[in-house]
Amino acid sequence: MLSNLLHINTLWVMASTMILGIAAGGIGCLAYWKRQNLMSDALSHAALPGVVVAFLIIQEKNLLLLVIGAALSALLGAFFIQWFSNASRITEDTAMGMTLSVFYGVGVMLLAIANRSPGGNQSGLNNFIYGQAAAMVRSDVITMIALASIVILIIFLAFKEWKLFLFDANFAKGVGMSIRGMNVLYTIVLVTTIVIGIQAVGVILMAAMLIIPAVSARYWTHSFKMMILLSSAIGGLAGAFGTWVSSTGSGLPTGPFIVLTSSAVFILSLLFGKEKGIIINFIQFKMQQRASQKKHPLAAEKGGSQ
Amino acid sequence: MTYTMWIILTASLVGLSCGLIGVYLILKKQAMMADAISHTVLLGIVLAYMVTQQLSGTAMLVGGIFAGILTAFLVQSLNNLKVQHDASLGIVFTTLFAIGVILISTSVGNVHLDVQHALMGEITFVPFTTMDIPLIGSVPKATAILALVLIVVIFFIIAFYKEWKITSFDPALAASIGIPVIFFHYLFMTLVSVTTVASFDAVGAILVVAMLITPAAAAYLWTDKLILMLFLSGGFGIISAVAGYWVATWLNTSISGSMALMTGCIFFITFLLSPKHGLISRWVRPAEVREEA
Repeated sequence: MLSNLLHINTLWVMASTMILGIAAGGIGCLAYWKRQNLMSDALSHAALPGVVVAFLIIQEKNLLLLVIGAALSALLGAFFIQWFSNASRITEDTAMGMTLSVFYGVGVMLLAIANRSPGGNQSGLNNFIYGQAAAMVRSDVITMIALASIVILIIFLAFKEWKLFLFDANFAKGVGMSIRGMNVLYTIVLVTTIVIGIQAVGVILMAAMLIIPAVSARYWTHSFKMMILLSSAIGGLAGAFGTWVSSTGSGLPTGPFIVLTSSAVFILSLLFGKEKGIIINFIQFKMQQRASQKKHPLAAEKGGSQ
Repeated sequence: MTYTMWIILTASLVGLSCGLIGVYLILKKQAMMADAISHTVLLGIVLAYMVTQQLSGTAMLVGGIFAGILTAFLVQSLNNLKVQHDASLGIVFTTLFAIGVILISTSVGNVHLDVQHALMGEITFVPFTTMDIPLIGSVPKATAILALVLIVVIFFIIAFYKEWKITSFDPALAASIGIPVIFFHYLFMTLVSVTTVASFDAVGAILVVAMLITPAAAAYLWTDKLILMLFLSGGFGIISAVAGYWVATWLNTSISGSMALMTGCIFFITFLLSPKHGLISRWVRPAEVREEA
């Protein structure tokens, strides 16, 4: 197991999933406060046709170009979701469900065509659906690390702007920020994170990398800054640990182990979290009950007998 | 019946039953719940396989129903613990799906059940596994199960038509006049999971979402009447199934993928042309009428 850990390829892959986890954890917080948790799910599915079309055009597996294709089709998906929910009485979640499934359907159609083309079957396009970080080659890893670092940089450099944008858009407008510009930037970093992630964890589980760390971090702090830092830390930890576990056996998928690691962190946070964790809540409730019983013994009795 | 006819019949059954169930998903604003259940059903099927060591239709149905109810229950409990509704959906379905994929890749491994088949479905294989039904003769198993599920769905829709209507549009009113809203919620989630499992063989887990949501969303833009919406949505489901089959044979590609694409096309046409909510009618309608509406 240890020798496996020291294997240079595994280290590279672990580094890339860790950075991916950090980026996804940070973006997840933005999505959490925009109340768009499931948007990441919709966009990762919507990226599939773009990947396949890019492959059909260039006829080889170059991660950067595939990522650009994925990003374009995910942006198109985001546009459709906005359009359908703004211009008709279709609700946003219906629009997301339709977009993700229909885009995915187109992706599956194209994939069947691509797999028939010479070399298509061996190209590992299927990895984009289920995610297989171990199958990444060095150039993929470098592309991923570079793009994820840019995303992380954007989150942390523009931290103050994000905070204003998410919590007090009117004030942000007042001090001269462009809300539309921030929305565009948000969509671009969201889509970038998703499309670099789908190679490692697959289109289906990518959503978990954004949602779970953010929700878990929420149980430990009320400060937005701490939440982003914690969420990134949880994401990075889950990415590295999940990859390591999946590298200990042959044929073990990476994505699911990353997701299970962050789910474990979520369950721990749900139970023990400092803010609104179940156990803390229970203890506080009991303490209050006792205090009020001491103060008003009769009222407590009355309340208790009901 | 010929091979082609069986495929078209199976696809239409999927379209019809999904279209009917989908109407209530849209009205209850639970569209993404379909997405969640369609993923977690995978775990149910894997568990059923691990318990019974075979892939029988009944075991799959039971496993799928179990997974569907578990999903609905977990989402509800997390939501009660003040986790945002969509976040709890996202956490529950990805976790359960991840467990399913890990179980497949470790223990059940290279047996009949492979993830790809489960996720994408392969309707072309449906006519190969048949069963004998008295009076009718040899029928593909998936088709028979789908027909049965359709009957069950229609039965529940007709039997509780009024109850569904009230619980979908106004759950508070339903609760106040004594309709067991929670019971109906879980009954509905059971129906969603049953439909999903039955459609699994034909269209796969993710594309069943397209069949569930999209025809119903299109129907929602055509009419305000529940009964009409049910008919329209079922009809759209069948049309997309048949059209999807022809497109797929024409392009020689995945049938379930093209069925999903066809539902998307129908929705898009509706979105442009619908008399009341369509883009064009909004555009041509005079401004003062637009204000009133």
